[in-house]
Amino acid sequence: MLAASSVEIRKVNKYYGDFQALKDIDLSILPGKVTCLIGPSGSGKSTLLRCINFLEEYDSGEVRIDGQLIGYDAPGKRMPGRKLREMRRSIGMVFQQFNLWPHMTARENVAEGLIRVRGMSKSEAERRAAEALAKVGLADKMANHPSRLSGGQQQRVAIARAIAMEPKLMLFDEPTSALDPELVGEVLNVMKTLAGEGMTMVVVTHEMGFAAHVADQVVFMEKGELVGVDSPDRILHHPEDARIQSFLRTYHERNSF
Amino acid sequence: MEWSILQQYGPSLLKGFGNTVLCWALGTVFGMALGLVIALIQRYAPRWVTWIVQAYIEVIRGTPFLVQLFVLYYGGPLVGLRLDALPAGLLGLTIYGSPYFAEIFRSGFRAVPLGQIEAARAIGMSELNIVRRILLPLGLVSALPALVNFSIILTKETVILSIITVPELLYQVQRMSAETFRYLEANLVLALFFWGLVEAISRVGHRMEARITKHLIERT
Repeated sequence: MLAASSVEIRKVNKYYGDFQALKDIDLSILPGKVTCLIGPSGSGKSTLLRCINFLEEYDSGEVRIDGQLIGYDAPGKRMPGRKLREMRRSIGMVFQQFNLWPHMTARENVAEGLIRVRGMSKSEAERRAAEALAKVGLADKMANHPSRLSGGQQQRVAIARAIAMEPKLMLFDEPTSALDPELVGEVLNVMKTLAGEGMTMVVVTHEMGFAAHVADQVVFMEKGELVGVDSPDRILHHPEDARIQSFLRTYHERNSF
Repeated sequence: MEWSILQQYGPSLLKGFGNTVLCWALGTVFGMALGLVIALIQRYAPRWVTWIVQAYIEVIRGTPFLVQLFVLYYGGPLVGLRLDALPAGLLGLTIYGSPYFAEIFRSGFRAVPLGQIEAARAIGMSELNIVRRILLPLGLVSALPALVNFSIILTKETVILSIITVPELLYQVQRMSAETFRYLEANLVLALFFWGLVEAISRVGHRMEARITKHLIERT
């Protein structure tokens, strides 16, 4: 069992100029649980996710990881870079576009953070990197550069890069949206394994099947607002809010043939 | 055509060429280094510092190299900067090239996808490590052709150093033609030397490019 973090989001607001991207968001993410964020594009799901590790700076409100405020020392007072980096060490993130470093092999991609951030020796980091890559089923691709890997393999390397750092919380920003349909499964399987090990996970996704089967909690967002937070069954099968019903109707229409 | 003068002037031409290559090589290396520092300042320094740096870029790019050299060599002593011709020429080349190199590095940095920087931030890497390990190696890949190109342009700017009496190739060629009246031969020799130098630089550039992009070729 992993040490797993909790996340408390309170009254978070985020503006881009006059546009309000997040409106008074309140959300609790329990340790060891999987939370899926769903909703139409532009609804603020990714923005909210990125506020959790402060890649996106929220303007007001609080995001707390295990009780500790991230990004600010006090309201309006930015946290020093060193302290922010310290907090980010235990938060893994996986991006829609994988964002592997193209000049490094799969193994070097995974080892980089261990060497530069965790201060490990090169040999120790490479041993750990090999373990992490084996865990995502890529033991035979360690020496490949990203350009020699399929999208699904690249995303699994990105997951290995995150889990090698032994995070207590994992953020996934539409991890399968850039993948060809036949490659989605291999990435979701790795994510299911992680969820089974008790990792706290926050996942922005359009994979309703994953949300239905793996999530403990589903959050529906629209226009920067949190519309519904409930069990997958209540949100996906018995939604009460008209906006959720309409979103799911569109989703089912598009996915039926 | 009278090529026999080459026998007489060969050694001084070679010496001049040696100085040309020296000025070019050091001017390029220092100019690139200064350009890189400027590009990093523009990316990371507070806004008021970037304004000062931007003003430097505008002034140097907006004035002729010839004028800059005059100001440096003949105006320098007025403010206590007394340099011999060769060091003055080197400093001049460095200053002249730096804003162009800075802009090339800036465009190279901009070509690095933000996501790859964010991925490094997300695992807690320091900005210094991000620059060293991600921004520079990836930015260099996109910047290299333009860096080589501008280095080639700089080879030919070295002839201007002759006006502050740096004994480089043009200086020697002018001496030779003034003494023998063989202007055509002298200038053809000059052209051949430069062509050879540029050809060599361009080949080295291509080889470096092939080397650092080897792993970035998309699978087809």
